[in-house]
Amino acid sequence: MHALVQGVILGVLTGGVYALMASGQTLIFGIMKVVNLAQGAMVVMSAYLSYQLFVSFGVDPFLAIPVTTVVMFGVGVGVQLVFLRPLRRDDKSELSLLVTFAVALLIEGLLSITFKTTYRSINTSYANSSWTVGGYQITVVRVYAFALSLVSLGLLFLLLNRTRFGRAVRATVQNPDSARLLGVESEKVAALGFGLGAATAAAAGSVYGLLYPFYSGSHYDLISRLLSIVVLGGLGSVGGAVVAAVIVSTSSAVVASTVSPAWSEMTFFVILLLVLLVRPQGLFGKVGRGAL
Amino acid sequence: MSRGSLVRGGLFVLVLATLPSFGLQHWFLNLMVFVLMFATMSSAWNLVGGFAGYPSLGHAAFFGIGAYSMALIFHGHVLSNGYEPFLLLPLIGLISAAVGFPIALIAMRTRADVFAIVTITFLFMVQTLAFNLRGWTGGSQGLSLPVAPFPAVSFEEPFYYTLVLLLCFTLLVTFGALRSKVGLSLVAVRADEDKARGIGVRVTGVKVLAFCVSVGITAMVGGVWAYYETFIYPQFAIDPLITIAVVLMTFLGGRATLWGPVLGAFVLEAGQQTLAYRLGGSQFYLIAYALVFLVIMLLLPRGVLPTLGDRLRQRRRARSVDSTSGGVTPMAAGAAEPPVALRRGASA
Repeated sequence: MHALVQGVILGVLTGGVYALMASGQTLIFGIMKVVNLAQGAMVVMSAYLSYQLFVSFGVDPFLAIPVTTVVMFGVGVGVQLVFLRPLRRDDKSELSLLVTFAVALLIEGLLSITFKTTYRSINTSYANSSWTVGGYQITVVRVYAFALSLVSLGLLFLLLNRTRFGRAVRATVQNPDSARLLGVESEKVAALGFGLGAATAAAAGSVYGLLYPFYSGSHYDLISRLLSIVVLGGLGSVGGAVVAAVIVSTSSAVVASTVSPAWSEMTFFVILLLVLLVRPQGLFGKVGRGAL
Repeated sequence: MSRGSLVRGGLFVLVLATLPSFGLQHWFLNLMVFVLMFATMSSAWNLVGGFAGYPSLGHAAFFGIGAYSMALIFHGHVLSNGYEPFLLLPLIGLISAAVGFPIALIAMRTRADVFAIVTITFLFMVQTLAFNLRGWTGGSQGLSLPVAPFPAVSFEEPFYYTLVLLLCFTLLVTFGALRSKVGLSLVAVRADEDKARGIGVRVTGVKVLAFCVSVGITAMVGGVWAYYETFIYPQFAIDPLITIAVVLMTFLGGRATLWGPVLGAFVLEAGQQTLAYRLGGSQFYLIAYALVFLVIMLLLPRGVLPTLGDRLRQRRRARSVDSTSGGVTPMAAGAAEPPVALRRGASA
């Protein structure tokens, strides 16, 4: 019982970070129908950025987030402009999938040359401190990370629901053709949307670097988790991704704490298959087109 | 077309079969073993990723399943003549096809994106299991196989010929698919799955069949690889780079063509082995790989063979138009593209 509750606490707190990463990924899918396999690599890249900022200038990873999000926003826009926009074919969705895979490899290669392939971790003064509440360990970093994820998701929500750009994004997700007819510049929305997705990866990445040791190949661990979350939530649904992140993260943490960490990776895949069996469009996805 | 491809196929097999008798050096035969592995796997991937248009990113998992099945069967055994593992390859293929069957059944209920997601997630799950189930796989310590008792002078040859057989089998399957209703159904699935279903194509059946055959062949290659290497580790047996290599080779040569994946494998695997030898460090090699991939995707998304085939046909048609009427511009003749199925058939 103790292990179960501990697992739930851990899972929910970590779920916030995954929600942030996955919301960017599902947003990218919603706008462009591109499954971004480079999302994990972008998270790891931004973890390295905040690592470097911390080591060289002593910048706290939480304070580095404005910097990393801006940088990664630029990277995201660049990737969209250079690699994804030129794909103008019927099999665009298939090609874009492979292109983002190649981008992930490119980022991994560049990171392993710059930073070698040893594990890094960001050791802030509060990295190992924790509170004990009713016999349960709650690490300070995870609480901060959870709070930060809530704030970032709130900002994302405001951006999508209160701004002109957000309205263009939502229109594109719901019906790209009508949106274009009504004057939405779909190319611009796609580029900025990819940048926005990369920016959420950046915010999550700084926190990821605090929570776990990482190396250039860590994005492989992230890909399968993020994809399971995104499919469970419904491809294209940001709200769905948040709910799904908490579900997936909690169940895998519970499996890890009650059964064995060896099988926790299995949880993602089992959840993914169950979703596809029972409700292929995911929790909040609509059949045929994306929802927000 | 039929006689042409027969001659081409016969020549190809003849060259491959007689190659070792020229007294080649070990490094070259070793290179050829890897080239043949990737040619076989790319041709197998082509059945699902090329013809049906379902890009599987999880084939490396089945390569690993084949490798680990082989290792688990023969771990700690003593071989008498060294050919037993080859005889068990069909069994390994069947086991892997059986593993792939439920996954294909579930994953192919949805669209190609989700299929790619399921297969890549499967890949990482299998890799994690290979690391974590230490009782079976030895975890990151790896698992050993008995060393093949072949004479050192011709050590590579049994592996080489086994792979030639596997490649021929895969090419025959592809050739058969190209000329049968199954192949036509697969092409229909890629073109428009809903319409195909509407006119009575047994969509799910052909997709799942193609996937199972494809992963079965991939697993057999994995089995040969494990026996060849005699020691396997999770990070090499189940490596996302294998998936990406296979996809890249198929795309380079030309998807949904008979010879495209073979061509891609011969070019890229030979290049890769040379590059790895020259550059050494695997990081530069990762970047080189990613860049080659991006360049192919952006500049030559249809692959070498279909592009070349179109050029040739356009020129031929332009010439025939010139000689008959003389008045019609070659551009106008070339602009009328034949439908997908025709184009694909002709380039095979």
